Amino acid sequence: MTSELGGTVGDFLRARGVSRRGFMKFCATTASLMAMAPTMAPKVAEALEKARRPSVIWLPFQECTGCTESLTRSHSPTIEGLLFDAISLDYQETIMAAAGHQAEEILRDVTKENWGNYILCVDGSIPLANKGYSTIGGVSNVDMLKQVARGAKAIVCIGSCSAFGGLPKANPNPTGAVAVSDIIKDKPIINVSGCPPIPIAITGILAHVLTFGIPELDHYGRPRAFYGQTIHDRCYRRPFYERGQFAEHFDDEGAKAGWCLFKVGCKGPITYNSCSTYKWNFGVSWPVEAGHGCIGCSEPNFWDWQGLYRPLSTTQWGNWTTVGAAAGVGAVAGAVAALASRRKQRPVGEDVEEAQS
Amino acid sequence: MPFEVLVPADEVRLQRPDPGCASRVETGNVPLLLAEVRHALERLVRSGTPHTIDLRAIPLGPGEEDRLLAALGRGEVHAEFDSMGPTEIQECGYAGVWCVTHRNPGGTTVTGRFLEITYAPELLASPAEDVSAALERLTAELTTA
Repeated sequence: MTSELGGTVGDFLRARGVSRRGFMKFCATTASLMAMAPTMAPKVAEALEKARRPSVIWLPFQECTGCTESLTRSHSPTIEGLLFDAISLDYQETIMAAAGHQAEEILRDVTKENWGNYILCVDGSIPLANKGYSTIGGVSNVDMLKQVARGAKAIVCIGSCSAFGGLPKANPNPTGAVAVSDIIKDKPIINVSGCPPIPIAITGILAHVLTFGIPELDHYGRPRAFYGQTIHDRCYRRPFYERGQFAEHFDDEGAKAGWCLFKVGCKGPITYNSCSTYKWNFGVSWPVEAGHGCIGCSEPNFWDWQGLYRPLSTTQWGNWTTVGAAAGVGAVAGAVAALASRRKQRPVGEDVEEAQS
Repeated sequence: MPFEVLVPADEVRLQRPDPGCASRVETGNVPLLLAEVRHALERLVRSGTPHTIDLRAIPLGPGEEDRLLAALGRGEVHAEFDSMGPTEIQECGYAGVWCVTHRNPGGTTVTGRFLEITYAPELLASPAEDVSAALERLTAELTTA
């Protein structure tokens, strides 16, 4: 399959019989999911009128296919709309019809025809401990990534595995899993983290790259439009947190009344994502609304945090015996350091006397 | 034993969750949104400047969006069009306040919901490009007839 680089998205939609009214509706909903003000819809329209349909290549590495599952659940723009209207998804192993040698040929042809202009999407971490741990058609993930990334205009890492290493990287990291950014240093990288990312975050970022290019990113390379605020900032249960009304257990009256889930381990205060506004399952609900705290899946190394159900306010030491022992060791170490320091100190004025003698 | 047993298995009683409990969750954003609508209406009357509120950008608890729309009520005008999925435009009980709901092509999912404070939503008017194209088409139709 080759991309139709000759036409703009606007031309393509008109050719398919989409009216101006329908096009403006598409732009309004696209602006909304990119967290832009409604007044930006005309600017989105203007950008889409001129935007060329880019070729997109999606490479799956050491992953569970959850991110592809999430992509196919996107409701705005729909996966069909994104596939056929805005981009040209030329290679995606789970949803493409081709397989085997035919698929490998498509990858070779698409990279060659669109060299320097295609968007490379990656899901899954890259194992470095042994190249044979994850291969596609006999080619290791790391070799395929380096080869295909050379011709990419930009790289979009879909999911926490490609963005940060994800579950494979969790202690003890048996495969030597690393993120894309640990290998590729010379291309713009957008991290759409999450395990998996919210469906419309995936398609929304691709839509943004199409209309306005690389979006504004945070210190982890995540688009601020979706990762600029914490779950806690936009949580509808925040008023209960402010009033000190917490569920203490999952089956108590506080849980039934929909109170804050901080005390049953919610990691919302330290997790940047937009589940609380865009939600899941076509906007029906999200973990907190369903009664379970946020697990922080869009943050680096979240699998190695202190546990899904341990409140953020507890220590990492586990119990008071360990805390007491640590305090004792600390006190002894402090005393030894103070004694050593005192032996090096001179009485006040000794250095002056020495200088004067 | 790896886990502490809080409740013995034979004492567990499953209870159906109270469906009304979720509707009691209030973010407090409904009165704030109504105030924003009032402010926008005042600006519309004073200067003719329209305003749009994206309801998807506001965190609302379960049932709060329904309560907001119920507070705004339903007016005289109801319009629907189908382009890339159905869209419903409902004038609210307060003239100049419109609720625009976009759905996906299957009509199963709300892809966007906006409150527009304006004399008439832009989507109701026929776009200039479509009108020009319609003129060409009708002219051709009459010529060949």
